[in-house]
Amino acid sequence: MSNTAYDVVIVGAGIVGAACADELARRGLHVVVVDGDVVGSGATAAGMGHIVVMDDSDAQFALTRFSQQLWQELRPELSDDVEYEQCGTIWVAADEDEMNEVRRKRDYYGKRGVPTEVVDAEALQRLEPNLRPGMAGGLLVPEDGVLYPPCAARFLIERAQKRGAKLHLGISVARIGRGQVRLTNGAEISAEIIVNAAGAFAAELTPGLEIKKRKGHLVITDRYPGFVRHQLVELGYLKSAHSASGDSVAFNVQPRRTGQVLIGSSRQYGAEHKEVDHSMLVRMLQRAQEYMPGLARLSTVRTWTGFRAATPDKLPLIGPWVANAAENRTGEEVRGTTGDKSIFLATGHEGLGITTSLGTARILADQITGTNPEIPVEPYLPSRTAKEHVHA
Amino acid sequence: MSSEAQRHFDVLVIGGGPAGMAAAARAAECGVRVGIVDDNFRLGGQIWRGESDAARSDHERSNVSQNTEASRWTDRLRASGATALCGLRVVHQPDPGVLLAENLDGFCELTYDKLVLATGARERFLPFPGWTLPNLMGAGGLQAMVKCGLPIRGKRVVVAGTGPLLLAVASYLRQHGAEIPVICEQASWKSLAKFGLTLFSWPQKIIQGFQLKRDLAGVSFAANSWPLAAHGQKTLESVTISRAGKNQNIPCDYLACGFHLVPNIELPLLLGCAVDNGCVQVDDLQTTTVPSVFCAGEPTSVGGVELALIEGQVAGLAAAGHASGARKLFGKRQKARRFARLLDRTFRLRSELRSLSLPDTIVCRCEDVSYSRLRQHRSWRAAKLHTRCGMGPCQGRVCGPATQFLFNWNPDSVRPPVFPARVETLAAVTAQSQLQHSEVTGGRS
Amino acid sequence: MPDQITVTVNGSPVVVPSGATVAVAMVLAGQACRTSVSGEPRGPLCGMGICFECRVAIGGIPHCRSCQVLCEQGMQVTTEN
Repeated sequence: MSNTAYDVVIVGAGIVGAACADELARRGLHVVVVDGDVVGSGATAAGMGHIVVMDDSDAQFALTRFSQQLWQELRPELSDDVEYEQCGTIWVAADEDEMNEVRRKRDYYGKRGVPTEVVDAEALQRLEPNLRPGMAGGLLVPEDGVLYPPCAARFLIERAQKRGAKLHLGISVARIGRGQVRLTNGAEISAEIIVNAAGAFAAELTPGLEIKKRKGHLVITDRYPGFVRHQLVELGYLKSAHSASGDSVAFNVQPRRTGQVLIGSSRQYGAEHKEVDHSMLVRMLQRAQEYMPGLARLSTVRTWTGFRAATPDKLPLIGPWVANAAENRTGEEVRGTTGDKSIFLATGHEGLGITTSLGTARILADQITGTNPEIPVEPYLPSRTAKEHVHA
Repeated sequence: MSSEAQRHFDVLVIGGGPAGMAAAARAAECGVRVGIVDDNFRLGGQIWRGESDAARSDHERSNVSQNTEASRWTDRLRASGATALCGLRVVHQPDPGVLLAENLDGFCELTYDKLVLATGARERFLPFPGWTLPNLMGAGGLQAMVKCGLPIRGKRVVVAGTGPLLLAVASYLRQHGAEIPVICEQASWKSLAKFGLTLFSWPQKIIQGFQLKRDLAGVSFAANSWPLAAHGQKTLESVTISRAGKNQNIPCDYLACGFHLVPNIELPLLLGCAVDNGCVQVDDLQTTTVPSVFCAGEPTSVGGVELALIEGQVAGLAAAGHASGARKLFGKRQKARRFARLLDRTFRLRSELRSLSLPDTIVCRCEDVSYSRLRQHRSWRAAKLHTRCGMGPCQGRVCGPATQFLFNWNPDSVRPPVFPARVETLAAVTAQSQLQHSEVTGGRS
Repeated sequence: MPDQITVTVNGSPVVVPSGATVAVAMVLAGQACRTSVSGEPRGPLCGMGICFECRVAIGGIPHCRSCQVLCEQGMQVTTEN
């Protein structure tokens, strides 16, 4: 590896890093991507691959809706192994309280041009016969879809490479700052801009970054075509994703093109090891069986885990890193990063990295090239945390 | 959901082949409560797989010594009082000291003080064009099918691959009336000659050798020979082999093809046992690096029945707290271990076997991933992620050893379930975890 | 115990020796156990329950490893295609 200067070095070849590489290369920048492992091996490999609009906040909606539309535009070009399917989501309501939430979501999405359909108990049973009877109904979001994330990341990286981007795998990054990325083998890469897209490991490279690892579990079954037709999510999912601490599970099930059923989801803070946590697995599978009793007799083939990158306000960090925030927060001067204008962040996507990767890449590239962003970027700016602290 | 059955054993043996049977018998004879678990409907493992009535009645001559050995240990095990749990497959260790096992109908929770892993070995399969055709099976695979009632009389069977299993299988098939056009062994004449000479150190093996010679009289045996391609429309019709530098096409009904054995180390790995070069590390008393967990037989090194029996006995006695009895077997074991090393040297795979695949030859059979697609990746992990090789129900048991040989890839870590298991099994709240949970939360659910 | 048993494979009766496994019944019926992802016919490979090539539905339950299941009189075996 030579000391050629690039326009941008992207740390992390997960779906976010890959999308950024693709977008920046498309705009004619000289890009290199580095990753210590293989393409799409971090949270990307443990994501459900659910392309979904979320209404947790206006900012979250804006980014997910923007990104979902980008995925739809990209769809015809995607290779077969990305397995993009527009199967739609059904948010499942277990009782009348949750049906109120369904109606609230319908109104919210309706005002913003996202097509949805409220389904009653009978219609729900018809759409998804394997859901246990007695559900109150749900909200069908037909434009949501699913894909296979590691191959999506690889597709984007390969497209970036065709446009001249370089890729270096298998060597970890030791340090980043002031236009230099130092690898663990001693080599250095210089660039005007460094993008930290290292997901759950982002805080290791940019001290002071408030990113916590949030472990999740997944289980995949053998082939049972037709067992489930849409991505099914319980409305309680938001409570699970919401909680700032503690372990939680939520019913979240996906049909894969292969006919396999992908079962999630779980969230844990403070778990550092990647081994499967049996008690979490039990909780997650029991929750799943509560909604779909037929899952009990299905044969599972694999279980695995991953770490989401979670921020305190549940929105990703997309834009220039502001070192002042680090100084104030950690109480010690983060030497050398004061005034470092070379670091940009594209991380902290929690459970929405797959969906928002494309939107992230666009608004990051806009900020880097000084173009007017397609959606307002203020909610995702890293500097927002500094502002918060000042006003605290 | 609570487990449907819960059983506790002082010594729990996983695997009902020679090593497991020996371990269970010796441990039970020491007076402790012993359970032995196997996923087949009868004990015996692969090499001592019992014959169905139909297969047995078809038998004209019996392979005397092996059957005697098997019956001896079967009787001894029965007399020992150990409990046999057949048709049960261990899938997960939810908590230390607890195993979750599944059968056709449900699952059960097995707890133990000491665990003996005697999980045996499986055949190594290597891909070549046409290898996915029906009626192309492993050497042990075809033998197992015949033992389970597959009629073979008058059928033409080519036997190919490597290892002493080929001769044992060919002999068995011939006794049942199969026609064997040729046995293709990829090892060189030189290695085999050395193997043959060294066999003189093991009298038992000489007897077996002479029996094999008698059983296989007239059968063509080719060293330096291997399959190149299998042909057929819907099932196997013929095989092309490489022999003395020339290609030869042989019409046949079945191909029995296996390239020696791969230790089944998935369960030991799941339990955290240290492994070296694909074999479970054990000390003199067959203890692994995990306390209370022993390992015996092929998973410690592929060494045949005799070594498995000795190691099984050592492990069983040690697990039952009878280390002095175990030590008496050390001498015999040392001798038998030499045979294991000899096997390893003799039947090493030649490099030509790496180039049998064509670009479109399927390597991962579960997901139909071709050689050319795999070639693009630098590691097993990358290949898994991007092609799904190894993500099918075989969980890499077939394509793993193949890709290790073809591309020099190192395998991944093992995660539960070690065999495909139903959701309800994995979701089982075991009594042990119920106990722990209430301790931690003070009863709050 | 009778010497022979009859099971049905995809609706057609197949006579097998008693003590035979369902995998043997499939071979005797001349039928592939399953069709692979890319459309190839597949049959038993390992004979010991690890390769999963011999999967069939027995009594309506899919993904049963036929090499490990003994035939019983009247058993209904179906393949996914």
